[in-house]
Amino acid sequence: MKRSVAYYQGCSLEGLAVEYDLSTRAVCEALDIELVEIPDWSCCGSTPAHSYDPLLSAALAGRNLAIAEKLRCETVMTPCPGCLKSLKGALLTYHDTKDHDAFMELLAMPFAGQVKAVSLLQLLYEEVGPDLIGQRVLFPLTGLVLAPYYGCLLTRPAGFAQFDDPENPLSMDALLKAVGATVVDFPYKTECCGATYGVTRNAIVGKLAGRILDMAASLGAQALAVACPLCQQNLDLRQSQVDRYWKRRFGIPVLYITQLLGLAFGIDSRRLGLDKLFVDAAFITRTLHAPTEEVKAFQGN
Amino acid sequence: MGKTDSPTEKRALTIIGFLCNWCSYGGADTAGVCRFKQPTDLRVIRVPCTGRMDPLFIARALILGADGVLVSGCHPRDCHYAVGNLYARRRLEILKRMLPFMGIHADRFHYTWVSASEGQRWQQVVTEFSEQVGGLGPNPGVTSFHTGNREEL
Amino acid sequence: MRIGVFVCQCGTNIAGTVDTEAVARDALRHPEVVYATSYMYTCSEPGQQQIQRAIEEQDLQGVVVAACSPRMHEPTFRRAVEKAGLNRYMFEMANIREHVSWISNDRAANTLKAADLVQMAVAKLRFNHPLFSSQVPINKRVMVIGGGVAGIQAALDCADGGLEVVMVERQPSIGGKMAKLDKTFPTVDCSSCILGPKMVDVVQKENIRLYAGSEVESVSGYIGNFTVQIRKKTTYVDWSLCTGCGLCMEKCPSRKVPDHFNEDLGNTRAISIPFPQAIPKKAAIDKEYCRQFSKGKCGVCKKICPVGAIDFDMEDEFISEEVGAVIVATGFDLFDHSVYGEYGGGRFPDVISGLQYERILSASGPFGGHIQRPSDGREPKNIVFIACVGSRDASVGRPYCSGVCCMYIAKQAILTRDHLPDANCYVFYMDIRSPGKNYDEFVRRAQEEYGVHYIRGRVGKIYPKNDHLIVQGADTLLGAQVEVEADLVVLATGIEAAAGAKELAEKLRISYDLHGFYMESHPKLRPVETNTAGVYLAGVCQGPKDIPSSVAQGSAAAAKVQALFYRDTIETSPQVALVNERACVACGKCIQVCPFGAIQWKQLRGGVQKAEVLASVCQGCGLCNATCPPKAVQLQHCTDSQILAEIDVLCA
Repeated sequence: MKRSVAYYQGCSLEGLAVEYDLSTRAVCEALDIELVEIPDWSCCGSTPAHSYDPLLSAALAGRNLAIAEKLRCETVMTPCPGCLKSLKGALLTYHDTKDHDAFMELLAMPFAGQVKAVSLLQLLYEEVGPDLIGQRVLFPLTGLVLAPYYGCLLTRPAGFAQFDDPENPLSMDALLKAVGATVVDFPYKTECCGATYGVTRNAIVGKLAGRILDMAASLGAQALAVACPLCQQNLDLRQSQVDRYWKRRFGIPVLYITQLLGLAFGIDSRRLGLDKLFVDAAFITRTLHAPTEEVKAFQGN
Repeated sequence: MGKTDSPTEKRALTIIGFLCNWCSYGGADTAGVCRFKQPTDLRVIRVPCTGRMDPLFIARALILGADGVLVSGCHPRDCHYAVGNLYARRRLEILKRMLPFMGIHADRFHYTWVSASEGQRWQQVVTEFSEQVGGLGPNPGVTSFHTGNREEL
Repeated sequence: MRIGVFVCQCGTNIAGTVDTEAVARDALRHPEVVYATSYMYTCSEPGQQQIQRAIEEQDLQGVVVAACSPRMHEPTFRRAVEKAGLNRYMFEMANIREHVSWISNDRAANTLKAADLVQMAVAKLRFNHPLFSSQVPINKRVMVIGGGVAGIQAALDCADGGLEVVMVERQPSIGGKMAKLDKTFPTVDCSSCILGPKMVDVVQKENIRLYAGSEVESVSGYIGNFTVQIRKKTTYVDWSLCTGCGLCMEKCPSRKVPDHFNEDLGNTRAISIPFPQAIPKKAAIDKEYCRQFSKGKCGVCKKICPVGAIDFDMEDEFISEEVGAVIVATGFDLFDHSVYGEYGGGRFPDVISGLQYERILSASGPFGGHIQRPSDGREPKNIVFIACVGSRDASVGRPYCSGVCCMYIAKQAILTRDHLPDANCYVFYMDIRSPGKNYDEFVRRAQEEYGVHYIRGRVGKIYPKNDHLIVQGADTLLGAQVEVEADLVVLATGIEAAAGAKELAEKLRISYDLHGFYMESHPKLRPVETNTAGVYLAGVCQGPKDIPSSVAQGSAAAAKVQALFYRDTIETSPQVALVNERACVACGKCIQVCPFGAIQWKQLRGGVQKAEVLASVCQGCGLCNATCPPKAVQLQHCTDSQILAEIDVLCA
């Protein structure tokens, strides 16, 4: 059955996290999910907007929801937890009796608040489900030890996210297990990576991201799985800075969940943007187990 | 009796509250003990139970020109007399639907449940209902069948 | 009618925001008000004398007092006017404190409102009639619901006074939470040594009838004459035969049964006696784990029982008890800490509740009193205690303080250092609340004498690492983050209302607060009474408290019952419904709606039927009054005329 969801990629996925965009599109295609890109989408306002004026943030994000609603989409999916928070904020503001009128005035376009905002992870976990994803696997990630890292925002604040356990989320664990990977019980799965302090106070990211990498290494994880562009940036792009701060070489690749699912689905690594990673993950593609007999037969056809 | 020698001129609004002795009257007391500030237009009549409420009390008050009537009792299942509030709920719901036929805006009447411990909720109920009635303005009452304040509906 | 109006200033409580003199002046506008005055404290002795003098001098026929809530002082003033020769129902109160002066600072608006309320009271009073109470006999038996320390104390005190007591306990044994404790603070005396003899007393007193493993099914009646239906839950063991020898428990092949008495830290059998000191010491079968029930065959206990007490066909039994008063002492449940995801949400076996640790410390506990980790049995080296888990935390719906956690973790830390002198104890706390006799000194001893490390701050996360639990928290005094590598974490789990508390409240027609704790009549002055006459409270069911306070309340409730039972009869309220037979059309609607069956048919001469109210059964709700089509039934003291008079005065 073909599903159709409105796709709000957000600014990060056009820039530093382009591989998240590539792999999301590839995986969704493989799972028969049609991504309807929101025409003329605009920035959700990100941190500056909501720290300056929550209503402004709600209206900026709300504009994209309103367009999606006009396209008769029931669900808007975004891979970025930051964008998701803004979209959910817009919906909460719409349904808040106190702020509703001011919000609608600022939005200045028709909006009925009927559309649902979900993260990519939520879509994969709740709408598609680990079972269906498991069935789609051609190259199981057997033997690959992964640490699932959700970051601080994806499941929190609980009232906002309304998805998974805020302290001990398990959705990514379940998806990674479904594609054959070994998943460590990762205590730091929701610890902070340092977020935007990477720009202003680099040492904080050095310390915090290092703690996460250190914990992953001590548990024997070969790579980290993430679902947030900012987390990925701090852990991957800045890993050499973290190495300097900790005076050691971590060398742990940090992959988006979609890249890992894509590999298991047999999607070409270039279509998944694996070459865009700073910490080389080539060993994963090299060591992927050979396809099963069934798969070979299938490929022969 | 005239109001000529009244301590001040006139109250802004006349709102009558019928409160059951066991829950809501206690809730209003709790709000007082906690010093939860409220609008001053409400005048409370204590009844043993909302089951004591004859809908005609409310109709009469509104016909005579009371600007609003509030009835509050124990939460369903918590009635001190087991079922009084359940009877009240049916009767008052029907009354609420009847009011417009009498030429009275249905928003002038409200019934709710507040327990003896819910002082804060009582403050909220009084504040919101007073605002609601204030928004409707003074009630001219119903002087005869033909001269009801139909423009209000 | 000659009416006197007395406006109380209540010090500055009323006079601060109400011009009481103006209210008194305004009252005089009413043609029937012949006397009006304002006084500093009307409820005081001179205040009451002023009323009595005025009744005499002014020949008053009715009195209005404008003061605090009638729920507070109506009985006081009724007695005062009665002493001066008026009928006590020729009195009305206007609530100008809780409903006026305390909820607004607008002096003009308050004064107007107070004047209105006085006029309403005067208007109602004009329709008052003298009413007279009747007497009904009291059934001098008392029921105690709950057999924890509060209920036991109440039952023993009542029994000592010669009363017949019926005790109902939900669990198969009495003893409550206190029976599970190892030691008690601040004296560190053994809990079961001080509770045990009291439990034994309960079964040995001839005038206490104990229903263990039983629940209250329904309650009807009123003060002096309650009828309580009790459901005796089946145990599949005939307790009249069972000697508590424990042979069945020894031989039962179903061995993986969570031991609830040990807070699920160990296993028991499908047939078991809850603990060695259980009262009554009788076996009971847990149907869920019994092989006879799950597999349809076993019957080992039945074969082995020397007295043939096992009966697999046993069913719940219903018993009816008649009592004159009820003491509710249903206690509490422990907060379920699994909602705290940051503490592992129940995933880590070595993160345990305070009560679990109590069982570990206890010599009769799962590990025989040796401190060891539930996961691997290793002796812990570093133990972290976290205070306020499920207390003072609005995010989990528990904004209140549980009142005992600060003290019990101090006790547990002291005991830990006694048992394991080499172990390190860390306590993460928000504030230390130790307001009790010798309480703060006790906490100080934990810190100074026993070297327990107190860290002021919350714990943000617990996670396992190499066989340890890493406890990450803040030290707000140092302004730094701290990490402790712990072997065992004890959460000072808070208190919440007992499961089923609300359902029981509905049966007893008593109120409960937002969190399910029962409401006392007055938070300071009537702490063990409820608003339902004849129902009293004791222990934690009323609100979190420690053992000394629970025991004190148990005794207080017993004293209240003894005072009630000192007389042979009880005065019934005359505020009941009354049928005007001439107006009654015999439609029978009042009979249909009355929740108490207080209205019946009465045959007049010539076969004419009329409704008749049984004054001793009527509770005075007024439902019949509102229902009666010709308004032939009128609730005395709250008649239609009286309510309409109040409405009319406002809408004039």
